[in-house]
Amino acid sequence: MFSNLDLQHLILGRFTLEAIPYHEPILLMTFAGVAVGGIALLSILTYFKVWGYLWTEWFTSVDHKKIGVMYIVLAIVMLLRGFADALMMRTQQSMSFGENQGFLPPHHYDQVFTAHGVIMIFFMAMPFVTGLMNFVVPLQIGARDVAFPFLNNFSFWMTVGGAIITMASLFVGEFARTGWLAFPPLSEAAYSPGVGVDYYIWALQIAGIGTLLSGINLIATIVKMRAPGMTMMKMPVFVWTSLCTNVLIVASFPVLTAVLALLSLDRYVGTNFFTNDLGGNPMMYFNLIWIWGHPEVYILILPAFGVFSEITSTFCGKRLFGYASMVYATVVITILSYLVWLHHFFTMGSGASVNSFFGITTMIISIPTGAKIFNWLFTMYRGRIRFELPMMWVIAFMVTFTIGGMTGVLLAVPPADFMLHNSLFLVAHFHNVIIGGTFFGVMAGTNYWFPKAFGFKLDEFWGKMSFWLWTVGFYFAFMPLYVLGLMGVTRRLSHFDDPSLQPWFIVAAFGALLIAGGIGSFLMQLFVSIKNREKLRDLTGDPWNGRTLEWATSSPPPAYNFAFTPMVHDLDTWTDMKARGYTRPLEGYKPIHMPKNTGAGVILSGISTVIGLALIWYVWWLAALGLVALLVCAIGHTFNYNRDYYISAEDVVHTEAARTKLLAGQV
Amino acid sequence: MVRFVVRVLRAFAVLPLLLLLGGCDWAIISPAGDVAVQQRNLIYASTGLMLLIIVPVILATLIFAWRYRAANTTAKYDPDWHHSTQLEVLIWTAPLLIIIALGALTWISTHVLDPFRALGRIDASHPITRETQPLVVEAVALDWKWLFFYPEQGIATVNELVAPVDQPITFKITSATVMTSFFVPAMAGQIYAMAGMETQLHAVMNKPGTFQGLAAHYTGAGFSHMNFKMHSLAPSDFNAWVEKVRKEGTGLDRATYMNLAKPSEQEPIHYYGWAERGLYQDILNLCAQPGKMCQSEMMMIDANGGGGKNSEANYDRLKYDGAMTEEGHEAPGATFPASGRPPNSNVQPEGMKPRPLSPEVNGQKSQGDDGQGHNMQGMPGMTDGKIAPAQLDKN
Repeated sequence: MFSNLDLQHLILGRFTLEAIPYHEPILLMTFAGVAVGGIALLSILTYFKVWGYLWTEWFTSVDHKKIGVMYIVLAIVMLLRGFADALMMRTQQSMSFGENQGFLPPHHYDQVFTAHGVIMIFFMAMPFVTGLMNFVVPLQIGARDVAFPFLNNFSFWMTVGGAIITMASLFVGEFARTGWLAFPPLSEAAYSPGVGVDYYIWALQIAGIGTLLSGINLIATIVKMRAPGMTMMKMPVFVWTSLCTNVLIVASFPVLTAVLALLSLDRYVGTNFFTNDLGGNPMMYFNLIWIWGHPEVYILILPAFGVFSEITSTFCGKRLFGYASMVYATVVITILSYLVWLHHFFTMGSGASVNSFFGITTMIISIPTGAKIFNWLFTMYRGRIRFELPMMWVIAFMVTFTIGGMTGVLLAVPPADFMLHNSLFLVAHFHNVIIGGTFFGVMAGTNYWFPKAFGFKLDEFWGKMSFWLWTVGFYFAFMPLYVLGLMGVTRRLSHFDDPSLQPWFIVAAFGALLIAGGIGSFLMQLFVSIKNREKLRDLTGDPWNGRTLEWATSSPPPAYNFAFTPMVHDLDTWTDMKARGYTRPLEGYKPIHMPKNTGAGVILSGISTVIGLALIWYVWWLAALGLVALLVCAIGHTFNYNRDYYISAEDVVHTEAARTKLLAGQV
Repeated sequence: MVRFVVRVLRAFAVLPLLLLLGGCDWAIISPAGDVAVQQRNLIYASTGLMLLIIVPVILATLIFAWRYRAANTTAKYDPDWHHSTQLEVLIWTAPLLIIIALGALTWISTHVLDPFRALGRIDASHPITRETQPLVVEAVALDWKWLFFYPEQGIATVNELVAPVDQPITFKITSATVMTSFFVPAMAGQIYAMAGMETQLHAVMNKPGTFQGLAAHYTGAGFSHMNFKMHSLAPSDFNAWVEKVRKEGTGLDRATYMNLAKPSEQEPIHYYGWAERGLYQDILNLCAQPGKMCQSEMMMIDANGGGGKNSEANYDRLKYDGAMTEEGHEAPGATFPASGRPPNSNVQPEGMKPRPLSPEVNGQKSQGDDGQGHNMQGMPGMTDGKIAPAQLDKN
C-alpha cells in the first residue's frame, strides 16, 4: 500500500517552489508592489492600533450596514483587478495585427480574459449589488437587522474567501485558460490538466455558498421583518427587486454548485459527466451552467432596476408612475428568466422549434422590461427633476440600456444569432447591459446612499468627472465592438490578420482609457469627500428629500436603525410621514434587543479557503484536516449561547438626544 | 427646444450613412452566400422593427429630462400623478405588438434557415431543382486547424476550403478535440463542432472570391490562428483545383492523421490527393487511433442489451480524451504543473510558434498522467505507479 510513497507529494501535493513565478519580472514586480503596499498598510494599521477596532467593529460585525459596506469595499478592490485585466486585453487587441504579436502571448491572454469575466461577475458585480441590498433593504422595511445576522457575516467572508483564491492564482500557479464559464471538454482533466480550472472551481464553490446563504437571509428578512403596515404592495420597489433577485439566487445558485461539483468529480475522481468519451456529454454542462447563468444576469440587473426606481421618484419629486405594473414586471421577469437559457447556445444544433421557443421567450422578457423603462419615463413626466449625481446616472442608464436591450432582442432571433454569436457584437451587447445597467445602477446607488451610510455627501466635481468619463468612455469602448462584430470578428482573439480592423480597436482602447479615468475619478471622489467631510456633512439624515424609510433615521443610522419601529400607511412612507407633520418621539425609549458580534464567520471562511487551496494543490491531508476543523468549528459555534445583548434604554436616550441636538442646530 | 430635437434627429440620420460607408468589407453586412444574405436581411428587419420603439423611447428620455428639469418652473409639476390606465395599456401593448411581429418573423425564419434543413433555393431567383446535387464537405476541427474531406472527390485539405459558385454545399461537422464553432461569416451562420457528434450546415456561395473562415468558439492557446480561407470558384475552376489537389497532394492515412492531430498553430495549407476510406467516420466515432473501439460499435452492443461485465475490458479501448497527453503532448488548456512549463512564464505551450517576446516553446515532453483522474497522487494506496515525472526540467 505504501510502496510508492513520495514524502514531498504526501506533504505538499503537487505544490512545488516552482509554482511561485519568481522568475517572471512583471509578476514579481506586481507581487512586490502588492507585498510592499500590503506591508505598508498593515504597518499603518498596526501603528495606529486599529486592528482591534477593525476586528471588533467591522470583521466580526453582524450589523447589516457594516457588512453592506464591506461587500462594496470588496467590490471596488476587485473592480481594480478586473479592470486591470480589461486594460491589458484592450491594449493587446489594439496592437496585435499582422506581424505584431502584441505584448501578451496567447496563453497569458487566455488567463486574462478568463480572470476578467470571473472577477467582474462574481467578485465585482455580485458583491456590489449584494452590498447595496444588505445595506438598504432592512432600513427600507424598518427592520433592525437582517433575519440571520451571523449568517450574513459568514456569507460575506465566504465571498471574500472565493476572491482570495482567485487572487492567489496570480502568484501561486496559474488561473484557468478556459473562458469565464469553463466549458468542457476544454475544462476537463484531459484538456486542461493543472491547477487553473481547479482554482476556478473552488473559488466559485466557496463564494457560491456565501451568495446562496445571503439570498436565503434576505428573502427571510423581506418576508418576515417588514414594519407593521407595510404590506407586500407597500414595499419600496428596491425591496421588491431585491426579493425577486434573492429568489433567483436561491433557485439558481444550487444549479451552479451542482454543475461545478459534477465537473470536479470528472476532474478529481475520473467520472465522465462532461467528457467526449465514455458516455459523457459536454452539451449537458452548457445547459446546466446557463440554467444558472441566465437567471444570474437578472440577479445583477434587477437590483439596479430597483435603484433606478428609487432615484427617479426621489429626484423627480414625484410618486413612481405605475408602481403595480413595476412590481408585476419584476415578477414576470423573475419567472421568465428561467425559460430562456438555451438562447446562449442556439448554435449548438437544437431543432428549429426548440430554438424558436427560446428565442421568443427571450423576446417576451423585453415586454416587462420595456414597461419598466416607460414607467421611469412617465415618472419624469410632470416631475421637477433635480440633476444631482444619482439622477445623471439614471438618464445615462435609460439611453444606454435601451440600446443594449435592442441588441439583446436582436441576438434572440436564432438565425441572426448564428451570425452574431461568439462575436464582438455579443461582447458589446453584454457589456452594454451590464455596464449600462448594473454598473451605472451601483454607481447611482453608491452616490445616492453614501450620505446615509457615512453622514456626508460625495464630492460633486469628481463625481461628475467620473460620470462623464464612464459614460463617454463606455460608448468609445463598446460601439466599435458592435461594428467589429458586424464585420465577422469573433471574441477571445489575441491576434488579428487583417490590419484594416486596427483603427476600431484603437478607438475601443481609447474608450477603455477614458473608463480608467472614470474609475480614477471615482476613487478621487471618495478621497476628496472623506477629506472634506465636514463641508459635505448632512445632519438631517435626509439630504435628498427622500421618500422611503431609510431617510427617516439619522445618517449614519444608529446600530439599532430605528428607536421605534415605524408604522407604515402609504407606499412612499417617509414622504407620507413628512406630509402628515411627523415629529420624532423624544421619550418612551425601551431597551433594544440586538445580535452580538462573532468571529465565527471569519474563522469558518478562513478554514474553507484553506480547504479550497488544499484541494487545488492535492494536499489531501490538509483538506481532510480542514474539513474536520470546519465541522468542529461549525458545531462548536452552535453551542455559543451568548449571542445577543440589549442596548439599554439610557444608551438609546443618549444616542437619540445627540441627534435631537444636531437637528436643532440645523434649523 | 425644437432646435435641440432637430439636432438629435440629425445625429440619428447619420447612422445609416456610417453603415453604408463601411459596407463594402463588412462580412455580415455584405455577404456572398444566400443563407447569409437572408440572415442579414433578418437582422435589418428585426432592427427596423425594434427601432420603431427604441428611437421614441430614447428621444422621450432626453426630451422629458430637458423639459422637466427643476430649473424650468414653467413646466407642469404634478407630484401625485402616478397612474393612468390608458398609458398603462399603451406601455404594455406597444412592446407586445412589436414582439408579436418579431416572434412571427422568428418562428418562420428559424425554420427556414435551420442549418440542418436542405436549401430550398440557390438565391432569390433560382430555386433548387431535382438535378441540383450538393457538394458534400466533412469538416473536422483539430487542435488549432481545420481538416476538410471531400468524400465525392476523394481528396482532403487542411486550412483551405474550396467550393464552386451556386452549388449547394452540405457540411458535416465534427471535432476531434474540444468544442468549437465552424463559421464562414460571408457564407452562412455558425454551428458548433463537437467531438463524437455531427452537426450539419447547408449553405451556398453566390459570388466568387476569397473569404475568411474561422473557429468562433475558444479552443485553447492556438485559437487566434485557427482560421482558414474559403475560396469560392467557378465550377470549371473548382474541377481544376480538385485535379491540382489530386496531383500535388500526398496521401492521408491514419498515421498521417494522428500526426496531424497533434497541437499546432498557424498550420500551413496541406493537400491530400487521397484520404483513407472511412477516416472521417472513424474520427466521428472517436476511433481514428488504431486499437480504439468505435462509438458506433459500442452503441450497437448497448442496443443489443449491453455487454455486461465483459464490457469492462472495452474501457481502455473506448477511452478517447487524454490520449494525446498520454503520448506526452501538452493538453490545449494545460496549466501549471501539468503543462510542464513554469507558471505564467513566457514559455509557450506545445505546438505554438515562437513569438518575439516569447521565443521559447514547450517541446514535446514525456510527462504522462499528472495524477488527475483516478490517480490521487500522494494519497496512500492511490498510487498505482503512474507518478508524473518531474515536469519542470528545462533540458
